Amino acid sequence: MGIFILRRLGVMLLTALCLTFIVFWLTNLYPNLEKLAKTQGNFRMSDAAVESYLGNRGYLQPTWDKFGEWLGVMPGWVTETEDGKVFGRCFQDGTPEEERATFCGILQGDWGVSTVFKDDVSSTLLTRLALTGKLMLWVLILMVPTALIVGVLAGMKEGSKLDRSLSTFSIATTATPEYVSGVIFIAVLASSRFGISPWLADMGWIDSKTLFLGSATSAMEDANFWNFFLPVLTISLYGMGYIARMTRASMTEVMTAQYIRTARLKGVKFSDIVLKHALRNALIAPFTVIMLQIPWLLNGVVIVETLFNYKGFGWLLVQAASNNDIELLLAVSVVSVVVVLVTQLISDIGYVYLNPRIRIT
Amino acid sequence: MEPLTWTGSLSFLNILFQGALVLLMLMVVVQILVSFFATVGARAVNPDGSLSASSGVSGFVGMIVNGLFWITLGLLLVYLAGGFMMGTNAGIIGAVSRQMLPVWLALVVTFILSITYKRKLGLYGKLFDSTVGMIGFAIVMFWVFTGIFGGVFDILVTHDSLSQMSGMKNKLPGTPLARAGEEEFQWFLLGGDNLARDVFSRLIKGSWVVVQIAPLATLFAFMVGITLGLPAGYYGGRLDTFLSFLANLILAFPVILLFYLLVTPEIVQTGIPNYMAVFLFVFPLVFVTILLNSRYYTQPSFRTPLLFVVLGVLGWLYLSLVSTNGAIVDAPTYRIPGLPAVIDLFDIDPGILVVFVSVVFVNSPTVFRIVRGLAMDIKTRDYVAAAQTRGEGPWYIMLWEILPNARGPLIVDFCLRIGYTTILLGTLGFFGLGLESESPDWGSTINAGRRLLSLYPHAAIAPALALLSLVLGLNLLADGLREESLRD
Repeated sequence: MGIFILRRLGVMLLTALCLTFIVFWLTNLYPNLEKLAKTQGNFRMSDAAVESYLGNRGYLQPTWDKFGEWLGVMPGWVTETEDGKVFGRCFQDGTPEEERATFCGILQGDWGVSTVFKDDVSSTLLTRLALTGKLMLWVLILMVPTALIVGVLAGMKEGSKLDRSLSTFSIATTATPEYVSGVIFIAVLASSRFGISPWLADMGWIDSKTLFLGSATSAMEDANFWNFFLPVLTISLYGMGYIARMTRASMTEVMTAQYIRTARLKGVKFSDIVLKHALRNALIAPFTVIMLQIPWLLNGVVIVETLFNYKGFGWLLVQAASNNDIELLLAVSVVSVVVVLVTQLISDIGYVYLNPRIRIT
Repeated sequence: MEPLTWTGSLSFLNILFQGALVLLMLMVVVQILVSFFATVGARAVNPDGSLSASSGVSGFVGMIVNGLFWITLGLLLVYLAGGFMMGTNAGIIGAVSRQMLPVWLALVVTFILSITYKRKLGLYGKLFDSTVGMIGFAIVMFWVFTGIFGGVFDILVTHDSLSQMSGMKNKLPGTPLARAGEEEFQWFLLGGDNLARDVFSRLIKGSWVVVQIAPLATLFAFMVGITLGLPAGYYGGRLDTFLSFLANLILAFPVILLFYLLVTPEIVQTGIPNYMAVFLFVFPLVFVTILLNSRYYTQPSFRTPLLFVVLGVLGWLYLSLVSTNGAIVDAPTYRIPGLPAVIDLFDIDPGILVVFVSVVFVNSPTVFRIVRGLAMDIKTRDYVAAAQTRGEGPWYIMLWEILPNARGPLIVDFCLRIGYTTILLGTLGFFGLGLESESPDWGSTINAGRRLLSLYPHAAIAPALALLSLVLGLNLLADGLREESLRD
């Protein structure tokens, strides 16, 4: 088991390295750098000015050197301008000579500076991650139990009316991407002119103008049901269908097992069969599915945060990517790769724990 | 001109329809609740010794639900059929229904032909044994026909999808044109968007973008996935480790980050999408070559001319696909010449090409993993061992023994994946990547409409529902296919 985890960690590290290098290479292509220089400097820069801007800031070194500097295995660049200013990757102009660091990369714990937010990448990332963590927590709280209940109820009696209705529901949710369900929810539940809100307001059943708030910006400080439910619901709905279908498949399989038939023939109550005999075995497969679903939720998070204007990790990704903010984008991709690989690892280990028939050598 | 209402002169049916719909939903809930207390009706023994049971409460509820369902469906048909007769007199629904007349006709013809000959049509024919599959197929074909008629023949649309009409900005569905010419269509059936363009016409034009790109991109992804997945699963070992690592690497990227990295004007300038196109689009050629060669290499006199012709045609298509204006890559600093413009069959818009390439790129690792898994499973079967004993080559076994036996899951996944590709295309449009902002595709339209969502939702709702129905149709179709392919 220990060797298995170690090997997985090795693969993880290698994947993260390759992936960050791809991101690094793509963001450091010359047209991207040119755009960066023009947005940071001014849009009417001549080609020569762009060149010197980029050269001064170390962008024109070979990609491998820059990547090494970012990792912290190569000394950072130092530029001395004609008017005697000295600045570099690791220090600003005016830092005394003895305080100038040579190496500053992620190995030294320095994630660099974001060019969009003019702030440390690590602190920006942490605030945004905390906000998205809050969103994800509520998504999981809503999604997992609902999906499991739907799946178990549907798989309990295969082919029954309940099964048919719930299966149709799960297919419908998997067919509704976040940007469709979000748009429909806002139009129906959060518009003061359309949908059911004006009607409810006329009846005097709701105090505010709309049933829910169509923007989650205020939920960043103070999340409540009114301003936070729609984004949470939008993300959960898309993931829910898949988990529910997997749970249903696993449940129907368990329900046809020999030991369930034995229990029925002994005369055990149906509710006891489902809750005590079937459920434990039926929930092994959904566990893996739930873990593997988490990286997919990341996509939903990006869409929903953009749609509802909730400034979390997904919003940060969009900002970093559309402004070619290289160091922020690298940090963002490191985080998402780690999320993907760690959830895979947890799902593998968890599967072995839950299912004693499987042994990893 | 009066603004159109939704149902026009058929509005006396509305109360009936709403009633039936509400009752139907209520009864479905009741039916589910009743099913918890599974009551079996009274049983009686007949004189001849047979048993007869009354269907009990659940049977009674089931009958009501069935009846209500048919009433609702019938009323819907009345709305649509009223539209053929009365056109705009039957309101927006009627007008849309008349506008869609060619689509309805094509659908009816398809269904009549398919159901008549369903026993001769293999898996496709079996689809018509499953209700779910038929519903899914109907929805999918509806959009396919809409795309073809509207996009290619230009007949369903009421207005030009790009021209702006004065005074029609953000107008509600059914608003008459402020200054309409004599021969112009007099209404904006589904309203105007924030640039005063007709939402209905853009919806139909947008369906063509999806119907064009999604199946083709999925097909290419399958070619890549199959060509790499079969050897990975069959040989295993180092090759498998390496290819799986690459696939996992691409899968570890959040899709949206990948799109942002690949589908920007700056990246298009560097020519990277063109290189990727050159690489990814060669896989169908490789696939077909190996497929034919492994089958016919023992008869060179037949194999050589066959490959010559097939590769010639495919190669020409391939070169036409990857080269634009006589160049494969046309970066500011250098240029790789391709097929000269004279014999270039078609030019792909660079925006569409980059979208296409990135969607294929994102989809192929998943297909690779599925094919690899199937190949690993099937290679242990007896018929593979038999083929090995016969002395068949590895590629013959992979493509002519393993692949045909993996077709069931692959066809089902193909349908699901077209749906997923549709969602991806929508995502690209939603973030304003790839296609131009005035492109009528559904994702871009949703993106444009979402800014005014709480004031004028119709501009975003229409494409959202269209996308939802298409993906739902594809999922239902896949479900029907899965059911039917498991049956035999």
